Amino acid sequence: MSQRARQLTGWSSAFVLIVVLSLVPVVWIVMLSLKTPATATDGAFIPHQWTLSNYSDIFKQGIFTSALRNSIGIGLISTALAVLLAAMAAYAIARLDFPGKQAILAVALAVVMFPQISLVGPLYNLWRQIGLYDTWPGLIVPYMTFALPLSIYTLSAFFREIPWELEQAAQVDGATPFQAFRKVIAPLAMPGIVTTFIIVFIICWNDFIFAISLTSTTKAETVPAAIAQFPGASQFTQPIGDIAAAAVVVTVPVMVLVLLFQRRIVAGLTAGAVKG
Amino acid sequence: MSAVAARSETAIAPAPQRRRLSDRVRAERRLAVLLVGPAAIVMVAVTAYPVIDTIVLSLQRADLRFPGASKWVGLSNYGAVLKSSVWWQDVLHTMIISVIAVSFQFVLGMLLALAMHRTLVARGLLRSIALIPYGIVAVVSAYSWNYAWSLTSGWIPKVLGLTSDPLSHQFGTYAAIIVTEIWKNTPFMALLLLAGLALVPDELHEAARVDGATTWQRFRRITLPLMMPAILVALLFRTLDEVRIFDVIYIFNQGANGTESISMLNYSTLLDRLNLGLGSAVSVLLFVLVAIIAFLFIKGFGAGAGPSGKRA
Repeated sequence: MSQRARQLTGWSSAFVLIVVLSLVPVVWIVMLSLKTPATATDGAFIPHQWTLSNYSDIFKQGIFTSALRNSIGIGLISTALAVLLAAMAAYAIARLDFPGKQAILAVALAVVMFPQISLVGPLYNLWRQIGLYDTWPGLIVPYMTFALPLSIYTLSAFFREIPWELEQAAQVDGATPFQAFRKVIAPLAMPGIVTTFIIVFIICWNDFIFAISLTSTTKAETVPAAIAQFPGASQFTQPIGDIAAAAVVVTVPVMVLVLLFQRRIVAGLTAGAVKG
Repeated sequence: MSAVAARSETAIAPAPQRRRLSDRVRAERRLAVLLVGPAAIVMVAVTAYPVIDTIVLSLQRADLRFPGASKWVGLSNYGAVLKSSVWWQDVLHTMIISVIAVSFQFVLGMLLALAMHRTLVARGLLRSIALIPYGIVAVVSAYSWNYAWSLTSGWIPKVLGLTSDPLSHQFGTYAAIIVTEIWKNTPFMALLLLAGLALVPDELHEAARVDGATTWQRFRRITLPLMMPAILVALLFRTLDEVRIFDVIYIFNQGANGTESISMLNYSTLLDRLNLGLGSAVSVLLFVLVAIIAFLFIKGFGAGAGPSGKRA
């Protein structure tokens, strides 16, 4: 076998191995969601009896549809606010010279390292006093806060790469400052902003700790919190099929984002990590 | 938008004199404050109040079940926590999970990063699929693995030929929790390492190959030293994250079978037992622990220092 053929065989085996290891738990939860209640605990990887009833079940339950609405709404609003504030800060960090630049990056780093559970108690108390407990803003505020550091790091890494001289070049060619911004700079900045938006949305979408601590009803409960509180047939049995179906539904948007924007997510996370 | 416009005007304006220059500097600083201000205020305000509140509460006897009975008790909450065996057991549980999980994540993450970096087969598809565990909701991953390990519903006991439920005893529960953490977080570790790998120049490898270095020698002597900053950042991020482990343990069994982590203890003290005084003391101690770990990484190993020696 030639060296090239040997290399290709080696990398192909590595590919298969990585695909299997990455996907088995995902395929497993899909299989579980397609089992009938009677066979849900038979332990077979592939269902003996296939059904979609788990899916129709959860969409008939108010708890799941409202949780889905809350997850989407809270996730989008938190992400939009975080990316907006972070883009302003990152622009200043990447382009302007000002004292305190290191301080802001240090604050961001401290927030990243902060144990979120330590905030849960005081926020729970404060939210109950000022009426934010179990509301959308009650989750949006902490999500936005914890998304800011990563957004600032990622966006300033992207903004540093933009050739800002183009803006002046456009103005020399007769563009107004606004035209220079809209036609030259905005298109160059957009990939970084989209990337950051996706990464931050995934983080908000995945949160569990704030969601179970700061919500209690369908008013603001997000999907991860709702899944953990699905009512079982009795206190001691979990509705496995319903949980699996809900898990699959909440996973699909993230899978689509990851598959569509893999290149950007990789670029975003690695840029923030190295150059931040 | 207007901010950008303002900036470019000042940038274009000629600044021959000293006076004009300091005006420009001042304008630039004012703009910077306006741009950075909102993000800084949000981060500080949302974290500062709870931090101060936590410290204050940790010095009080404060129990939501007996709201009238609050009073200052000095450091006695800390004494109570540090003297209880539960705290030290939970520190031990957390450390066991963190050390094992991060070690595996590092080795597997490095292999995955090398594969993502060097593979000749379907690189884009490989990266997409390898990223899936990172994107998956932590709660979903915990349920999937939980049901997979359970003797009644899962396939893992069958594959391993187990007759007793692995989740009913300590060793099995640890194995299940740690495997879940490794699966979920190895891709993120790999991404952080991939960033470091990309900084290693190919020419160095070529030169070493010409000089007769083996693959292992090249990895050990060229790749590893050059990506040390990225490795330290990756280990720091992952260690801090594992020390705060909560979701997976909550979903698995809320800390039964001797797997309660510090965050789990913190949660149950605060929100189940509603003992804010003791719970806040646990919070502060967890925060101190995280700070010590971060300090050791940053000062001890120089994590966060870039290749140029500049702090990140």
